[in-house]
Amino acid sequence: MKEKVEKIKVELKASLEGNISIQDLANIKAEYLGKKGKITELSNQLKDLSNEEKKEFGKSLNEIKTYAISLIDEKSKSIEEAILNEKLEKEKIDISLPGVTVKNGAPSMIEGLIESLEELFLSMGYDVVEGPEVEKDLYNFELLNLPKGHPARDAQDTFYIKDEEILLRSQTSPVQIRTMLSNEDKSSIRIICPGKTYRRDDDDATHTHQFTQMEGLLIDKGISLADLKGTLDIIAKYLFGEKTETRFRSSFYPFTEPSVEFDVSCHACSGKGCPICKHTGWITVGGAGMVHPKVLTNCGYNPDIVSGFAFGFGIERLAMLKYGVTDARTFYTNDLRVNPDRREV
Amino acid sequence: MRISTSWLNDYVDISDENLKELADKITNAGVNVETVEEYNTPNLVVGHVLECEMHPDSDHLHVCKVDVGDEVLQIVCGAPNVGADKKVIVSKVGCLLPGDIEIKKSVMRGVESNGMLCALSELGLEEDTPENHAKGIHILPDEAIVGSNPYNYLGLDDTIYNLDLNPNREADCTNHIGFAYEVASVLGRRVEMPETWSNPVKESVTDELEVDVITDNCTMYNARKVKNVVIKESPEFIRNRLTNCGMRSINNVVDISNYIMLEYGQPLHFFDAKKLGNSILVRMAEDGEEIVTLDNETRKLTGEDIVITDGEKPVAIAGIMGGINSCIDENTTDVVIESAIFDPLKIRYTSKRLDLKSEASRRYEHGLNHEYTMNAIDRACYLLEKYADAEVLSDTITHDIIDKTPKVAKVSLEKINTLLGLELTLEDAKRSLENLQFPYELKESEFIVTIPIRRGDVSMREDLVEEIGRLYGYDKIVGKLPKLDVRRGVYVGNVGLRKSISKRLRSLGLNETRTYTLISPSMDSLFQYNRGNSITLLKPMSVDKSIVRQTLLLSLLNVYDYNIAHGVKNINIYEIANTYSDVDIEDEKLTVLMSGEYMSNMWQGIKVKADFYLLKGIIENTLEYLGYKGRISFAESCDIPNMHPGATAIINIDNREVGFIGKIHPLLCKQEVYCLEISLKKLAEKKTRGFKFKEMNKFPSIVKDVAFVMPDDMSSSVVEKEIKRSGGKLLLDIQVFDLYKGDNIGNNEKSIAYSLTFESEERTLTSDEVNDLFNRVIDEVCTKLNLRIRN
Repeated sequence: MKEKVEKIKVELKASLEGNISIQDLANIKAEYLGKKGKITELSNQLKDLSNEEKKEFGKSLNEIKTYAISLIDEKSKSIEEAILNEKLEKEKIDISLPGVTVKNGAPSMIEGLIESLEELFLSMGYDVVEGPEVEKDLYNFELLNLPKGHPARDAQDTFYIKDEEILLRSQTSPVQIRTMLSNEDKSSIRIICPGKTYRRDDDDATHTHQFTQMEGLLIDKGISLADLKGTLDIIAKYLFGEKTETRFRSSFYPFTEPSVEFDVSCHACSGKGCPICKHTGWITVGGAGMVHPKVLTNCGYNPDIVSGFAFGFGIERLAMLKYGVTDARTFYTNDLRVNPDRREV
Repeated sequence: MRISTSWLNDYVDISDENLKELADKITNAGVNVETVEEYNTPNLVVGHVLECEMHPDSDHLHVCKVDVGDEVLQIVCGAPNVGADKKVIVSKVGCLLPGDIEIKKSVMRGVESNGMLCALSELGLEEDTPENHAKGIHILPDEAIVGSNPYNYLGLDDTIYNLDLNPNREADCTNHIGFAYEVASVLGRRVEMPETWSNPVKESVTDELEVDVITDNCTMYNARKVKNVVIKESPEFIRNRLTNCGMRSINNVVDISNYIMLEYGQPLHFFDAKKLGNSILVRMAEDGEEIVTLDNETRKLTGEDIVITDGEKPVAIAGIMGGINSCIDENTTDVVIESAIFDPLKIRYTSKRLDLKSEASRRYEHGLNHEYTMNAIDRACYLLEKYADAEVLSDTITHDIIDKTPKVAKVSLEKINTLLGLELTLEDAKRSLENLQFPYELKESEFIVTIPIRRGDVSMREDLVEEIGRLYGYDKIVGKLPKLDVRRGVYVGNVGLRKSISKRLRSLGLNETRTYTLISPSMDSLFQYNRGNSITLLKPMSVDKSIVRQTLLLSLLNVYDYNIAHGVKNINIYEIANTYSDVDIEDEKLTVLMSGEYMSNMWQGIKVKADFYLLKGIIENTLEYLGYKGRISFAESCDIPNMHPGATAIINIDNREVGFIGKIHPLLCKQEVYCLEISLKKLAEKKTRGFKFKEMNKFPSIVKDVAFVMPDDMSSSVVEKEIKRSGGKLLLDIQVFDLYKGDNIGNNEKSIAYSLTFESEERTLTSDEVNDLFNRVIDEVCTKLNLRIRN
């Protein structure tokens, strides 16, 4: 009996050596542990033995059974591992091949710049307000202290639509007027108004008959030019970097008094002088000033009680400076090969 | 405006100033000196022709040896008047002449030439006319120093300030005296006025001329008369000063009127007294009245134009241009001088209507300083006496209805400081006012300021704040932030909706475009969907930009064409912009255009092409993002012009039309182009609610599939509706998962397979119960719609 057990042990071990498939293993398992398997048969012989022999033989039979199971399990695991490894090996890919092109939509350069400026202003408590592009002469000019026949109207050659009373707005300032007029309790105002504007300019590298402005208006008690300067400083640094400086030059707009033009130190040469700033170290960015008392009065505010500042700039000009665009018409060709597909500012 | 600084120096002493630094100071104080022109061109020098011989191989070229100081150059010159021992203007190699012409070393018919001898036209100092060309090169006086700057011998040793004036300073800074006041206020100096005293003869103008003004649009009219003038060339200083300020010298008399305009800003008009006769009547023109102006054009006048007449016919359009019937010519001996003030608005309208702008009209439009009107006419007499040998008649005929009450404005030191955000002292403010030469009284720290007539642009408190501030220096303002309540700004109105749509479409891979609002009539007529009346501009600049668009589709098609032409095949774009039909009907349109591939990877064979269903999915995704989930539906539409009749649909929210989607008609676009347009105004009328959390169903769902065979022209939505109705509330979801046409079913049939999900929120459904329901759905759909199921 004992010999038989030993023989099985040797045979089993031998049969599990080498490369065998999972099916082979199943067969081997049946051959030894199945209903008619060699080990099962041995245990069937148990009933014919004496009690003493039963005891002894039973023990070794259990041993071989445990032995056989663990040996087969072990082999099973190693076969599975080999199969998995083979599978993984087969599944190896060339990670250098191109990925699926997932298109990234981009804003237009102008809209992209507007949105990043809006982000800044929203965080400073300014509302973003828009207004109609087909506008009344009253809002575009008259209430802004530009009566009919005012020479300053020449600077804004306007597209008229009907009887010189309706026009395509030549500036975004009418949005300021509309906001002031509709603010019934004449409380403080903090807005920016970005939008499309139109002037009778021939399209060339620096002009387009349609362009984009962003204006800001702040009305409250005790607002001064120093508040304006501080605010414009923030915009300049946001757009052109922390080292950017701002300066004011006296200027004229019918709707502000005092009026200033604001320059920023040239971002390209840090103010040393280069072709971009025409060797002056400064770049004119926009116009600003303290809201003209007549404009305040026209819109129901009392200039003896409140004051306010307003500023405005052309987005195309800003985008040209910031992105190095040399022809303003570029913004309107919509060449999809140009894709400012990245987070800005 | 061109200012001659050497002329300026007559009125304010700037002889010790560095002119470039001074220009910066003036600019910083508010009058923009755009450029400082110094007549000094590198490599342009005085030369002395040592030898001049004929070119061996030409009948008009000369070969010259020219001493330029540090060397002797061989230069070939074609001018007939070149000759030995003459002083000439030499542009050496490397010299850059007007028109970006760079002088280079060259070989002319085999002879080397190292520069060019110049004519004045080549230096941009004379017009390039055949007559000027015939004059040949410019010969300098013999005393010209070889190697020095030739401009010194052309009367051009002057520095020119080119002013870029704001409209408010046009009135006082378009003349040298006015600008001198500005310079004086920057430097804290005084202004000296020029000599105006002539020696009149006994005869008085009043004996020879009568002046009547019968319109209030002429508020001042002064007339004087001079006799026996000698018309000749102007003295050199007048010629040079006019040239330097950009005006042409004509003769001494005409030049003097221009000289005074540049000096005082007061335009004068000179009439030939003999042609004029002995009376002047200033009135409004009669409608249809005509005058031939100096430029030989016949001008038709209206009742809105002011005219100067001889009592009967017009002799000048006031403030704009004289008539040819009374003009100065070489035979003129007696001159009537007019120095007047007309209503600026009337001049502006007339000049605009006649499209006739002159140096005079420009000044009239911005308003004149009546203090100078008399000075100017006296100064004219003085100069005519001195430089045209005129006998000046005594007296001046004057009509004057100008209100001379001085303007007074008040400003307190406190107001100055609160508006500027500065801390000026009383002394600082006083100094600014004194430099401006604004007389003031000070009462309890409030300045009561009398504003000089020359500063018509200053009238009120805030103007004074600006004047004081700009002279004190805006560079002294230290920026700070306004002290305001902390809040976060919001997008007002529909702006936020647009931003959300934009954000979503970009995430879905679409590029935003920015196109022009103005389009051509032919573009405008192409799309007729929900069309109103187009707005046409009164005076468009060109036909292709004459109409305010009602749709963005054509603009996007242009973008499509442009990109296709530039090799971009996959075009996925959108734009959101205002549109207008009639002046008061504003809308905001979202327009999407897709063509080519949306997503791809060639080597993997992955290709998602733009088609109706992709676009449909994109807009559904976007509308769901906005909160319209379950409220979107599409309805067939075969009558939108220029859209494919079989592949176009109306987009509805809550069964109300908001836009359309479809394929562009093959007649308009051969390639497959899909587009949609939605009215954001209509969309915004459909309110959405914020997100609310809902517990997910705990009970399992059972999915059953069925395919119905139906006629080709039946739309799937009809079947879906019926499935939904018969499925009741246990039918949670219906998905289309297959579309089949072909063998096994009829020619005019299609089969659509649906996947039905059953679920209850209260219990686990049994399979028997679901099978019963499922079979009932199939029966009802088949019976109702006369369909069969496909096995």
